[in-house]
Amino acid sequence: MPLLRAEEVSVSFGGRRALDTVTVAAEAGRVTGLIGPNGAGKSTLFDVISGLRRPLTGRVLLDGHDITRESPARRARRGLFRTFQHLELFGRLTVRDNLLVAAELGPGRLQAARTADRVLDRLGLTDQADAPADALPTGVARLVEVARALVLEPKVLLLDEPAAGQDTEETGRFADLLRSLAAEGTAVLLVEHDMSLVMTVCDEVHVLDLGTVVASGPPARIRHDKTVLAAYLGEE
Amino acid sequence: MDQFLAFTVVGLSTAAIYAVIGSGLVLTHTTAGVFNFAHGAAGMLAAFSYWQLAVGWEWPVPLALATVLLVLAPAFGLFVERVLMRPVQALGEAERLVMTVALLTGCIALARWVWDPNTARPLAPFFADRSAIRLGPASMTWHQAVTMAVAVAVAAALWFLLHRTRAGTEMRASVDDRALAGLTGADPLRAGRLAWTLGIQLAAVGGILIAPTVALDAQQLSLLIVSAYTAAVFGRLRSLPLTFLGAVVVGLLEAYLAGYLPRNDFLPGLRLAAPALLLLLALLAFPHRRLRGRDRRLVRVPLPTARGSLVFAGSVVLLAVVLVTVLTEDAIISYGAVFSLGVIALSFVPLAGFTGQISLCQLSIAGIGAVVWGHLGAHGELWALPVAVLIAAGVGALVALPALRLSGVYLALGTAAFAVILDRWVFTLPAFDVFGVRVTLFDQGSVPVTGPDLFGWHLTSPTQLLLLAAVLLALASLAVAALRRGRIGRRLIALRDSEAAFATLGGRLLGAKVAVFALSAGLAGLGGALYGMQLQTVTAEQFNLVAGLPIFLIAVIGGLGAVGTGLFAGLAFVVPTQLFAELGSWAHDLSTLLIALAGMGLAHSPAGVAPRMHAEWAKLARDRTLFRALLGVLALCWLLAATNAVNGGLALVAALVAALSLNARASARRQPAPDIPVEWWGLRRPWKPEDGEVLSRATAAS
Repeated sequence: MPLLRAEEVSVSFGGRRALDTVTVAAEAGRVTGLIGPNGAGKSTLFDVISGLRRPLTGRVLLDGHDITRESPARRARRGLFRTFQHLELFGRLTVRDNLLVAAELGPGRLQAARTADRVLDRLGLTDQADAPADALPTGVARLVEVARALVLEPKVLLLDEPAAGQDTEETGRFADLLRSLAAEGTAVLLVEHDMSLVMTVCDEVHVLDLGTVVASGPPARIRHDKTVLAAYLGEE
Repeated sequence: MDQFLAFTVVGLSTAAIYAVIGSGLVLTHTTAGVFNFAHGAAGMLAAFSYWQLAVGWEWPVPLALATVLLVLAPAFGLFVERVLMRPVQALGEAERLVMTVALLTGCIALARWVWDPNTARPLAPFFADRSAIRLGPASMTWHQAVTMAVAVAVAAALWFLLHRTRAGTEMRASVDDRALAGLTGADPLRAGRLAWTLGIQLAAVGGILIAPTVALDAQQLSLLIVSAYTAAVFGRLRSLPLTFLGAVVVGLLEAYLAGYLPRNDFLPGLRLAAPALLLLLALLAFPHRRLRGRDRRLVRVPLPTARGSLVFAGSVVLLAVVLVTVLTEDAIISYGAVFSLGVIALSFVPLAGFTGQISLCQLSIAGIGAVVWGHLGAHGELWALPVAVLIAAGVGALVALPALRLSGVYLALGTAAFAVILDRWVFTLPAFDVFGVRVTLFDQGSVPVTGPDLFGWHLTSPTQLLLLAAVLLALASLAVAALRRGRIGRRLIALRDSEAAFATLGGRLLGAKVAVFALSAGLAGLGGALYGMQLQTVTAEQFNLVAGLPIFLIAVIGGLGAVGTGLFAGLAFVVPTQLFAELGSWAHDLSTLLIALAGMGLAHSPAGVAPRMHAEWAKLARDRTLFRALLGVLALCWLLAATNAVNGGLALVAALVAALSLNARASARRQPAPDIPVEWWGLRRPWKPEDGEVLSRATAAS
């Protein structure tokens, strides 16, 4: 049974269907990709799963519990964390303080400083620890958002375009990080436009287009799926 | 039925004025992205100017009207746009808000300074000599008919402007994205100028139309227009048709309340506070978006060190000791409020400085602290002081609940409405019972306030009360500094920077917001109780919205995030006010005007004066030799003044000169080498052995 499952989720914006009975799942120990053109509804689905937006219909299950009506904070206490497409760092605080805030909101608040430093080290951010978060280059800032979620040892991690702004070498290191997270048992749901990253790290990929899931399966199959090619490149 | 029709006519006529004013507000808000708190004050200034021309100087009415509406109002609008708003356009929402609050305060002070508030200035309605128009059983005066006709004409003209002219298209394009509108050939600056000109002209029309029906009073007239704000909020600050509809609802409701509300001791205030109550309800009922975008430039929140906080707290107490030993008893009474108002100003720091929640009702909450202490601590019972703080904190928590739905300018507007409800209605209530507990506020007059009993002493003298306030300001500053350094401070700043991230990391928005509102309200309550002790008797007027605005402005000038702002605000509010008071009563409004002008000027420096002063004086504090010399000079000056060997003023000047020259010396001694760009290393300055490694590291890091 998947750790996270969004079932038949629909969302409307002023009469326009942003999501139409979308069902996706993410399993523990696997990286699940969620791809699709701009405006497909990927970030809206993340908002529904993390509790920032109520769906019109459908439900969200985490570890078998229906969390559809739970607050974002309650979901976080169940181990569900996310990053944002439009950066949501605490810009007035330093990088370390960003992580400390998260750590102090979690259960291990007594070891918060130690946990924050450990995660900073793991992601190679120690040199930037005292830099103000709003002064970071985009690639590093996205990594800090990931680090901030990691201090809370997530069971499910939703990553919204985390590799945007990273160069090839950084993306390679990031792919290693995703694999190691999955190996530790985390269920990672990854929204990303860097197809080579998606195809190399994901075990399963869902493709969204115009608010519906048009294909699901392993990357090798998705890569040659005609519906997917049409969604990205347009009908011939 | 006849009565109902009569009230309806009155209501519709008032609604027409609200519609005109409200549409001006919507115009400036949508085009320039500014909610103009001073919109009502602009109308008030127009009404006073019109009175001056038409009545004071006896100009013909058409000439006076044309001068005000076609010359003065557009000129004022252009001045506001060019001098005040354009410089802060690129900054955050908070800076724009502060600018309009400063403008509101400045307009009221200017009007009171120019036109003596103690002189009555009746203004005749238009066509007062003509007999009323009969409408079946009801009748309508010509003034009311003109008002309604003006509203209809304004509606038609605005529709034509926005939908049928190029300028209108530019204005609508600027609403969505100024930069983008500029790229497509539109001129956002011209659109902004036009919006401000028209907006202020509409406020002026409304001000002149409403003035004959009420007393020409700067404060009342500026706030009377709260109802027009309600109409604009009905239109979600965007839609002109909904604003007109809102104006009709508000105008009629006010007229019916005035006509049908039962007459007893509890309700006259409610009638006065009804517009503010409606505004609060409208803000909560109508969902709204935040004003465009986020703050583009984040203002850092200073991080005080433990040692620095202790030195600062010690300095506060030391300053108090110096004051009580140098000043005469009369002067101690005058300057005693430095520390109590400092505590009230400090209450803005956790709320507005750390969390970014702008509350304009802090002085009203301080009033609750003062009145609770006045009643419960009538014989100096010390336990009553924490009770006063707790009750004020409870009221703060109550304000936090609607605050969950509001942010930015809407929260400022909501808290301003709350302050008006408190001072016009709640503070005027006679004693009443709640669940068997007798609640007495200002007793519809004044409440005597005494000092507390402390370790067997009853603190009543101005000296004792000044020292008590200083010690409590020092302790409160230490507590706020500790808050900033710790977990809670980080959490509050995080909440400000991203509520979404805070919530998805497991943070509880409700708990955090209620806690910070309660905490700062508790501080304000403590400050209010201390202020009350120094005043000896308190009245509701001392704690009203308009009285609180200069304190808010000074806290902004000081720097909302800096702990030193409490002392800075106390000094900057009390010292000039007292100095001006010595010049005569005419100068009182001048000090408020100067505060408003300083607010307008310093909105350009969002971090405030306190952090800058700290940075400028830190060099001296770090230079041991010079710092010891400074302490020696200060001690000598104090000794000479305390023993009456020299005049206090002379000692103060000597101390200031010594401090400034020592600071200049410290700055010169620690002058850092000029920052030379990396490409000029080895050319404009000699190549250093470590430069190679610095460059290698920088290249590797990038």
